[in-house]
Amino acid sequence: MATFRFKVNGRDRRIETDPARPLLDVLREDLGLTGTKYGCGEGQCRTCTVLMDGKPAASCITPVREAEGRAIVTIEGLAQGGGLHRVQQAFLEEGAMQCGYCVPGMIVRAVALLESNPHPSRAEIVQWMDGNLCRCCGYPRILAAIERAAGAQPEGARS
Amino acid sequence: MSAHGYKVVGTRPVRPDGADKVTGRAAYGADVHLAGLLYGAVLRSPHAHARIRRIDTRGAEALEGVRAVITASDFPPADAGRIIDLGEGQQTVAEVRGNMLASGKALYKGHAVAAVAAVNRHVAEEALGLIEVDYEPLPAVLTALEAMREDAPILHETLTRKELGTDTGEVSNVAEHFRFELGDLEQGLAEADVVVEREFDTATVHQGYIEPQNATALWNQDGRIHVWSSTQGAFVVRDTVAAALNVPVSRVKATPMEIGGGFGGKIRVYLEPVAALLSRKSGRPVKIVMSRQEVFEGTGPTPGSHIRVKVGARRDGRISAAYAFLAYEAGAYPGSMADCGAMCIFSPYDIANLCVDGYNIVVNKPSTAAYRAPGATNAAFAGESVMDEVAERLGMDPIDFRLRNAAHEGTRRADGPKFRRIGCVEVLEAMKNHPHYSAPLEGPNRGRGVAVGFWFNVGLASACTIGVNADGTVNLVEGSTDIGGTRASIAMQAAEVLGLRAEDVHPVVVDTDSIAYTAVTGGSRTTFATGWAAYEAAHDVLRQMKERAARLLETEPECVEYQDGVFRSGESRMTFAEVAARLNETGGPVTGRAGVNPRGAGGSYAGAIADVEVDPETGRVSILRFTSVQDAGKAIHPAYVEGQMQGGSAQGIGWALNEEYCLSPGGAMQNSSFLDYRMPTSLDLPMIETVIVEVPNPGHPFGVRGVGEANIVPPPGAIANAIYRAAGVRLSRLPMKPETVMEAIWAQRD
Repeated sequence: MATFRFKVNGRDRRIETDPARPLLDVLREDLGLTGTKYGCGEGQCRTCTVLMDGKPAASCITPVREAEGRAIVTIEGLAQGGGLHRVQQAFLEEGAMQCGYCVPGMIVRAVALLESNPHPSRAEIVQWMDGNLCRCCGYPRILAAIERAAGAQPEGARS
Repeated sequence: MSAHGYKVVGTRPVRPDGADKVTGRAAYGADVHLAGLLYGAVLRSPHAHARIRRIDTRGAEALEGVRAVITASDFPPADAGRIIDLGEGQQTVAEVRGNMLASGKALYKGHAVAAVAAVNRHVAEEALGLIEVDYEPLPAVLTALEAMREDAPILHETLTRKELGTDTGEVSNVAEHFRFELGDLEQGLAEADVVVEREFDTATVHQGYIEPQNATALWNQDGRIHVWSSTQGAFVVRDTVAAALNVPVSRVKATPMEIGGGFGGKIRVYLEPVAALLSRKSGRPVKIVMSRQEVFEGTGPTPGSHIRVKVGARRDGRISAAYAFLAYEAGAYPGSMADCGAMCIFSPYDIANLCVDGYNIVVNKPSTAAYRAPGATNAAFAGESVMDEVAERLGMDPIDFRLRNAAHEGTRRADGPKFRRIGCVEVLEAMKNHPHYSAPLEGPNRGRGVAVGFWFNVGLASACTIGVNADGTVNLVEGSTDIGGTRASIAMQAAEVLGLRAEDVHPVVVDTDSIAYTAVTGGSRTTFATGWAAYEAAHDVLRQMKERAARLLETEPECVEYQDGVFRSGESRMTFAEVAARLNETGGPVTGRAGVNPRGAGGSYAGAIADVEVDPETGRVSILRFTSVQDAGKAIHPAYVEGQMQGGSAQGIGWALNEEYCLSPGGAMQNSSFLDYRMPTSLDLPMIETVIVEVPNPGHPFGVRGVGEANIVPPPGAIANAIYRAAGVRLSRLPMKPETVMEAIWAQRD
């Protein structure tokens, strides 16, 4: 057991736990932030994506010790005040989900993209989002939602 | 507004569950938390086939933090032979229990053997390592053809072969051989000018939902059992838990949480009764969540199969005879969906003489489960490959050949029923007329292929109640878990009847104590059947609202007309909202209700056009362009119909090119992770174009045909046919991975 201090969604947190425990489990079980989902436990589906100091991280393979001193943002930390984040709003408007399970990871990863590259091309979006699995295959609408959030005219959301 | 004058049906409103899903607030099964919650874990067999001589749980029980350990011997006494309905298929209590916790024998690698509940997951997993199981490993049998051999290892000493409806009494891995027959096959083959006969193999694949199975259970002190889980059917969970634990269904309450994908794989029940037994023993609520490896190894994938197809056609382009031999792997327990494959393989065609032999065969693999049009995709890969070859031999365009033979109203399906109005011809015409089909496809190693597919769809029971709110909106209560947007498509049908906006109908999916029996979300039935229940419940509301309006307008109910949200009698008028605001002074609240069990689900046809490029050096197949066409009857929410078509196409593409269970000779899955079981990513897929065809189903008030499944059926066949045109080889094995393609290319060169 050891003690770790980090910020989660702007709030200082102090956690006493096994250093090797996945950040995902700490977020879900200790902090009650169940918006971040488990999909594979191996960082292969990226459903568990959170931001660590602004960069996407697969929280299922990130030991909690790696969070020490960092700022974590989860899906719960995106909506500010009464409004949705523009990426959340775009997913809602574009209907970019079927079951919705992969959506938190998709949105969090897309937020990181738009913060570093506010006007990505379609190819850049596809490249960046590759690896976030969606089995319902909302990919066309998910990609369109990210374009919408970036202020671009969504391309080919409808065929 | 559509040609029908609909105001809501056919539009694309924002989904009612959208805000919860983009904020992470939507509560899925693993998100359940209760005071005093324990965490469960399941011990699984390392052997694909082994006798379990003894299980010693004492070490696990002695570990600090462990609160309960169970094995199959903890199931209460029950009539093992009683048959229970699993939503899609039936099994005996013994089979259902046997798959939840092995008794006597482990039948596949990953088969559950024992379970533990402890104060946290870490302790629970540590305790699994302290359970000693004495296994006597037995030879495993892994494919349908091997399992059919007379000298094959036998899985179940009590399973006897049923031959064309008669139990032979002979102990066998072949649970059943059935046959569908029309006309005279031999006569049809004798008339043929061209006969093509080919054999095919398809690998076991998984539904691949991203959310693993999970269950939380509380066996309360009053004897009531409450379970929370991700499921396609809360009532299937209720009934299966009750049967497995031998309690009346009224003792079980199943709460369906949000579900992270199912595709057929979340109809079967694996964990809920196990969690309930652990809860009874520990006196506390218990949650179990599967790992990804457990999902692959311990839940039902869809069957691998061996298929032989023989088709004869005359020079005039008409098919004169068709035969199929379908040997499907059921996995550890009988039930393989070979029957569904047999019902679908030739259903796009009007064929006078046909015969399908189906075999349902147990093997040492996980007990199979439904996967989107279960059984049909395997069969269509084989059937559509052969149809393509027949068309080529006749010198006909593949779509023209299919149109020449297309099934239509009055065509008889292999298993007997005559089609009512169907959209097979319209789907084929839409494919032919699509710009994709006529677009030039230039460059070497490129080819275009087509295929069509059918899924019969089901009706089944659904219930719905609608309560009117004082502000003129309504609450719609239903029992169909929502995987792909059915809350919206059901609410929209009620809104259309009620003359309300879609957003004024608030749909909610509730637990089994709160709505009458509703069958699974499966068989593409939900928008069709639960939508119909909503339609009827809305009419019930309207009838009562007219009475209230009559009272307020001082007239008789039959003198009141309702249109566009307004009740009228002569010159007097009141809006729906105005009447709704005065319900308590006119007799009290208004609740509409309906229960339906509709026939006439009306099958759906889908077609695919695929352009591929084959790398002749590596065998890698890239999809350049893909178009999916499907008959929706009437698309209630067209965006969700397109979503189903894109989703089914993507899964069909993965099935065609990448996905398979790679098993060791001993039956252990070698690729039970997303790293090694490759599902399509956004980079792997082209933009999937969609064309919705609408041939109204005469068996539904809005003409709806379910659209969840038929779309997965044609892609593997279409891609195989495209590969043939690109590389000159006809492939007979799924997946058509690079090495399979290269083997075929080399074999052709030799």
